[in-house]
Amino acid sequence: MKSKTSVLLLIVLLLFALFPFVGEKFYVQLVAKVMIMAIFAMSLDLLVGYSGLVSLGHAAFFGLAGYVLARLAPQYEAASLWTSLPLALAACAAFALLTGLLVLRTSGVYFIMVTLAFAQMLFFVFHDTPLGGGSDGIYLYAKPELMLGGTSLLNLEDHRVFYWFVLGLVAAVYLLLQRLLDANFGRALIGIKSNEHRMRALGYDTFRYKLGIYMLSGMLAGLAGYLAAMQYGFVNPDILGWHTSGSVLVMVILGGMGTLHGAALGAFVFILLQEVLSNQAWFGPVAKHWQLAMGLFIIAVALFLPRGLAGLSGQRKLREETHG
Amino acid sequence: MSQYTRRNFLKGGAAVAGATLLPAARAQGARVKVGLMLPYTGTYAQLGVAIENGFRLALAEHGGKFGGREIEFYKVDDESDPGKAPENANKLVQRDKVDVLVGTVHSGVEMGIIKVVRESGTLHIIPNAGADAATGGMCAPNIFRTSFSNWQPPYPLGKILMDRGLKSAVFITWKYGAGEESLGGFRDGYSKAGGKIVKELFLPFPNVEFQALLTEIAAIKPDAVVCFFAGGGAAKFIRDYAAAGLKGKIPLFGAGFLTDGILDAVGDAAQGIETTLHYGDGIETKRNKDFRLAYAKTFLLQPDVYAVQGYDAGLLLAAGLAAVKGDINNKAGMIKAMEAARIDSPRGPWTMSKAHNPIQDIYLRRVVGKENKVIGVAHKALADPARGCKMV
Amino acid sequence: MDFYSFLIQLLNGVQYGLLLFLVASGLTLVFGIMGIINLAHGSFYMVGAYLAFSLAGLTGNLFTALPLGIGVSVLLGFALEWLFYRHLYARDHLYQVLMTYGLILVFEELRSIIWGDDVHGVAVPDLLSASLPLTDNLSYPVYRLAMSGVCLLIAGGLYGLIKKTRLGMMIRAGSSNREMAEALGVNIKRVYTVVFALGVALAAFAGMIAAPVSSVYPNMGAQVLIICFVVVVIGGIGSVWGALLAAILIGLTDTFGKVLLPDYAGMSTYILMALVLLWRPEGLFKR
Repeated sequence: MKSKTSVLLLIVLLLFALFPFVGEKFYVQLVAKVMIMAIFAMSLDLLVGYSGLVSLGHAAFFGLAGYVLARLAPQYEAASLWTSLPLALAACAAFALLTGLLVLRTSGVYFIMVTLAFAQMLFFVFHDTPLGGGSDGIYLYAKPELMLGGTSLLNLEDHRVFYWFVLGLVAAVYLLLQRLLDANFGRALIGIKSNEHRMRALGYDTFRYKLGIYMLSGMLAGLAGYLAAMQYGFVNPDILGWHTSGSVLVMVILGGMGTLHGAALGAFVFILLQEVLSNQAWFGPVAKHWQLAMGLFIIAVALFLPRGLAGLSGQRKLREETHG
Repeated sequence: MSQYTRRNFLKGGAAVAGATLLPAARAQGARVKVGLMLPYTGTYAQLGVAIENGFRLALAEHGGKFGGREIEFYKVDDESDPGKAPENANKLVQRDKVDVLVGTVHSGVEMGIIKVVRESGTLHIIPNAGADAATGGMCAPNIFRTSFSNWQPPYPLGKILMDRGLKSAVFITWKYGAGEESLGGFRDGYSKAGGKIVKELFLPFPNVEFQALLTEIAAIKPDAVVCFFAGGGAAKFIRDYAAAGLKGKIPLFGAGFLTDGILDAVGDAAQGIETTLHYGDGIETKRNKDFRLAYAKTFLLQPDVYAVQGYDAGLLLAAGLAAVKGDINNKAGMIKAMEAARIDSPRGPWTMSKAHNPIQDIYLRRVVGKENKVIGVAHKALADPARGCKMV
Repeated sequence: MDFYSFLIQLLNGVQYGLLLFLVASGLTLVFGIMGIINLAHGSFYMVGAYLAFSLAGLTGNLFTALPLGIGVSVLLGFALEWLFYRHLYARDHLYQVLMTYGLILVFEELRSIIWGDDVHGVAVPDLLSASLPLTDNLSYPVYRLAMSGVCLLIAGGLYGLIKKTRLGMMIRAGSSNREMAEALGVNIKRVYTVVFALGVALAAFAGMIAAPVSSVYPNMGAQVLIICFVVVVIGGIGSVWGALLAAILIGLTDTFGKVLLPDYAGMSTYILMALVLLWRPEGLFKR
């Protein structure tokens, strides 16, 4: 099964790599966005699918990294990717550590609500204080540059180069996580998810594992947020809002949690669905109420598709979820 | 500004959404593509509809054509979500390849649109969003506004207050862009006239629990209270202000949005409140009456300020396209014509400032019954200072 | 701030807190007893406000609208429980979050289709429309005081219901040990249905009595929802007294935050929450 999956993934990767040669600019950018959201969804899947930690505030990291980039960029010039990306990720790690020490002391519904509340707090930090630049958001006039000794390695302003850059990062994140989850770390997480007491009895410091995955997840969400801010050159407090957190959660479950490719698939289908349902040209006046269709669809997924789209293929990794 | 690419013929095969529903043989370039990026869902949905209606009325009055060319509409619901703004603007600019982008209501979303159109060079008309930067620091030759800057409506209030001997005022608003810019406009006008803002009060947006701040106002005892609120929050503020017994003791003023579209909801609490805006009820010109009648007949609704702004966006585009005889590719010509246009608006005629914001009369209005009755002109031909705009 | 203003601000804070309690009580009840996380709770608050608007318009009086509105919302509660929620009791919180998130979108759109996107007002009943003078220029609306009274009554009523009645006994049995309660012949299914309908009715009732002071407008539920979460987290899930205390704490924090630290007022309630969690990770009153 392992090799078959790898071959399949390679083919998918290749198809994606070729897309910019045939696709129009808009669609190339759209797919780049989908890939960014796929990183975001995979990062959340680490918590939701692998660790049983349902976060409803994941947008906090996404937005935080974007704001760090926007704040670091000189007014009309490009920031350096070498410094701004690590700093953005470090900020996310720090925020994850700080909040993680609090939120990980809670569990279940508490965890859900507390993560939401912390994201909301960060929303107000960027909305109200001089740190954030107010409700109208901040521009980035130029994408960060990847320089080496005075020469630019990649022209990220070109939409195709940016696309491939993102594609490379998605693939890297996917491989990294695949490795990590197959290793002891991943097995320990799954053990903690199914029975934390037992794992503790076995001598695992479960809190440290959870904090570790929480920080990793926050940093990856930050990577996605950094890329998103870079792509459109604009950050606004609303990217930290709870609808962003809600959307990414929908992506994870829609695709099938506990499977990395499921999360990526979920991001793809979710955004596609949004595009289609809200398309005024296809649905005319009905498109005005596209969120009704979206809402019903989400309810249907929750009720009838607990393992998401990836679960449809029969290749399930997870047992039926129940809680007592 | 990068180059404006009109239509990429080589890749025309990629079925642009919408094109699929049109006759396959439609002559290339026969129609001008207008993108409407407006809120069609959520809190501002009503405003989006009014703006579109206004724009369509202007088109209908021109026989369905601007500059001899038919218009094809592409619509995107911006959901008033700034997080999605650049992406939604991209849908129109790059996917649908619109010639003109008309939108939007929410200032945060507008900033996202500006980011996109400044890069693409797409002609852009703002039919509402008041963010000062749009025709200030972010101004650009291809960006026009037919509504107002947040600075404009409250500016004349300063003089009005001083004329009545109201020498100290408290300003209260949400802590967000539009509120702070509105405060800026009022502060400029008030300090110029010699008044003093004794306290600036902010609430976290969109919190509507005003009681604590009303208590503070009562303790400060200013001569007047000036505010910036809109929609549901405005309705609640007006009610709370009256219920706290402040109405009748300390007069309440505001930018006109305070009392627009909510008078049915507020009832008596709003009576007598005076606001300043570039439109109002009871402008007794033939132009306005004709417009109101036509609008009411077409849409079975009463027009509001948003409808007027949308209508004027249509008039502005009409002026631009007429000047170049429908040649949308002659952008320089269009921009020149639009800059020089004198818009015969239902609100009264207005012209474009160098920063592409209306130079317009601001009316003083008083709430009488269910109307924002115009009781005079608060400031003739007021131009935004366009701070930071390099075109000025 | 002089002492007299301080007292008035105290009153403002408590009054706001009591209203928050009323909305949050349904949420904490449904959480505590059924273990359901319900993001759509704010939507029920919105539905209540719109019902008050329609029914008060129809009957001409808020007092007659209230019982009708409660009836409608109880029915809505039964229907939603039967159609949607009941299928999720045994499932992970995740799916509850997902489904109720979907419900928010559905309720907002239905609201837009049924009532439109305008702002509406509901008149304060004549009986309560007076104001009490507090200072030479500030007075306090009687309606707000009456609201506070009603909120206190509801708090007492809920306490009595859970501690003293047969239904309350079944509720307590069901929430502490579902299997045992069932073995003892308690019809847990029915208890859950009733509790859920009660939760919906509480939120809708809060929306109805708040309508005259808050106005009725789109998305009004979303704001309330998050602050209610904070109330429940601070109070301790399922604890009625905890929710009451937490709501008043938040009311005071919000009120004094706005007056004393306006730049940080938006954050103040969340900082309060963080501090409480640092001290007691499961809220003030753990059940």
